Amino acid sequence: MRSKAPALRDRRFRITLEDLNGWAFIAVAMAVFIVMTVYPVASAVITSFQNYKPFGAEWVQFDNYKTALTNDLFYKAIRNTAVYTLITVPLSLVIAFGVAVMILPFKKKTQSVFKSLYYIPAVASGVAMSVVWLWLYDSSPSGLFNQLLAFLHLPTQNWLSSSKTAMLSLILMSLLSGQGSSIIIYIAALMGIDNTYFEAAELDGATFFQKLRYIVVPLCKPTTLFLLVTGIINSFQVFMNAYMMTGGGPDNNTTMIGLLIFNNAFVYGKYGLACAQAIMLAIVIAALTAVQFKVAGDDVEY
Amino acid sequence: MASGLYSQHLRDPKVRVARNLVMGIFLFFFAAVVLFPLVYMLAWSFGPAQEMSSGSYAIFPKTWSLDSYRYFFKSNQYSVKWLWNSFVVAAATVVSNVIFASMAGYAFAKIRFKGGTFLFFLILMAMMIPYQVTQVPLYILFVNKFKMTNTFAALILPGCVTSYNIFLSKQFFSGIPTSLIENAKVEGATQFRIFRSIILPLSKTVLAVMAINTFMGSWNTFFWPFLVTSLDSMYTIQVGLKTFKFANGTLLSPMMAGAAISALPMFVLFFSLQKYFLEGVTIGAVKG
Repeated sequence: MRSKAPALRDRRFRITLEDLNGWAFIAVAMAVFIVMTVYPVASAVITSFQNYKPFGAEWVQFDNYKTALTNDLFYKAIRNTAVYTLITVPLSLVIAFGVAVMILPFKKKTQSVFKSLYYIPAVASGVAMSVVWLWLYDSSPSGLFNQLLAFLHLPTQNWLSSSKTAMLSLILMSLLSGQGSSIIIYIAALMGIDNTYFEAAELDGATFFQKLRYIVVPLCKPTTLFLLVTGIINSFQVFMNAYMMTGGGPDNNTTMIGLLIFNNAFVYGKYGLACAQAIMLAIVIAALTAVQFKVAGDDVEY
Repeated sequence: MASGLYSQHLRDPKVRVARNLVMGIFLFFFAAVVLFPLVYMLAWSFGPAQEMSSGSYAIFPKTWSLDSYRYFFKSNQYSVKWLWNSFVVAAATVVSNVIFASMAGYAFAKIRFKGGTFLFFLILMAMMIPYQVTQVPLYILFVNKFKMTNTFAALILPGCVTSYNIFLSKQFFSGIPTSLIENAKVEGATQFRIFRSIILPLSKTVLAVMAINTFMGSWNTFFWPFLVTSLDSMYTIQVGLKTFKFANGTLLSPMMAGAAISALPMFVLFFSLQKYFLEGVTIGAVKG
């Protein structure tokens, strides 16, 4: 029999049955994680310092980063992405919150009907939705939005091909098709608010809007923060609508970061530059997420 | 049932009815706006399979037929196979995620093993990395190194166990009482047996949600299949639809038919499993 002291000393290094169990359970998942995530991230960092060629890449230090940071199109893409994000994300939250508050007083069955109705567009693919919206924005007088303008006695527009309206068109499409999940998440948060808050407020004579302002909005803060963070992360990576509907045009007015990286990598074959831009995007997203959690509150629990 | 947010009006039923009516009408109107593109898609998918002279078409087609669906399926000899490819990829991705992501999630939640905390932290971090970072290296890996263009393996492997699904199942399994597992251990059950006979039967909802979300994600994904397929016999339906769009951009009805074909399987799935779809939205978020 062994004495106790060495056993204690060895515990850190000794492999227990639970270790073996744990490793066996995660083995496949970890193998996939290493090949499909860890390796690509490491490889992207390395490639961003290289001029990639299929046989033997050449090291170029920070050249790719310098190229990216001195390229006007890069800044234009950042500006486009920022404009798109700053308008769609907050407006989406306001719309989703408003709709969720309005759904709240209905019976559970009615609530489910509304939830389903608003969620349906999220079920169709981005390609399918783009194909449809492309026709809604058709520049001929028959395009749906142009028919709407004609009905209002306004001049018709070249929605997607005019620099005045292209970005607006993408924003409008995003606002009108992507609210389902946010609405459902807000309803869950609203249902989770304890009724005693409202009862107490009512005894003090609070109006509906006072209750909304002083009870609902603060208590929904964690939900709002979650939707804000995920909304911004998703919006920064947006690719499909610009790729399918405008191709980034006109005059790169709708070229977002996601499309720029795609073009650099898979149209121009500049893998190093694309990786450098993707890594800068990742850093910006990480920084924004950290800032949001810092600014938006210490009272948020996850 | 109604939240106390509105309870002040409950004393006067007339005010309540009027208020609900106004809000109900608004909600239906907004829902109609949100759903209109899909209605437009379905309606026009039954329109004629020919070019619309500009300025001549209305909100809905004048004559209804299945011509545009026929046109879409005839446009490429592999168009039915695109649906099949999408189905195979989505089904394989679902099966492998449900098995392996849930096993890993269980280990991270309930088995104390060396490296567990650190590896789970890595997975959490990985969820924040934008996909643009990994796409180029994965593309080089699968296309240039493995020479796996136009294979099911290339379509399936990158998504076969996702960090998000590991995270989702870990969150759920953490809520299962540990005493349940300890008791089974005392009776001599192995971890695998515990997982199969105790944990999985308790987790049907979260597994169903995972399966549905994964299926939907895989079915609707465009970017990766677009990168690793070059033969139209290996396209998924989304890549096929994009190719069709670029070739037939001026044909309204056939394009709507194509979009409808790509979306219909998901609509059918949604209407038959609504509960899990809606639950899936909150499951991922509330504990986010």
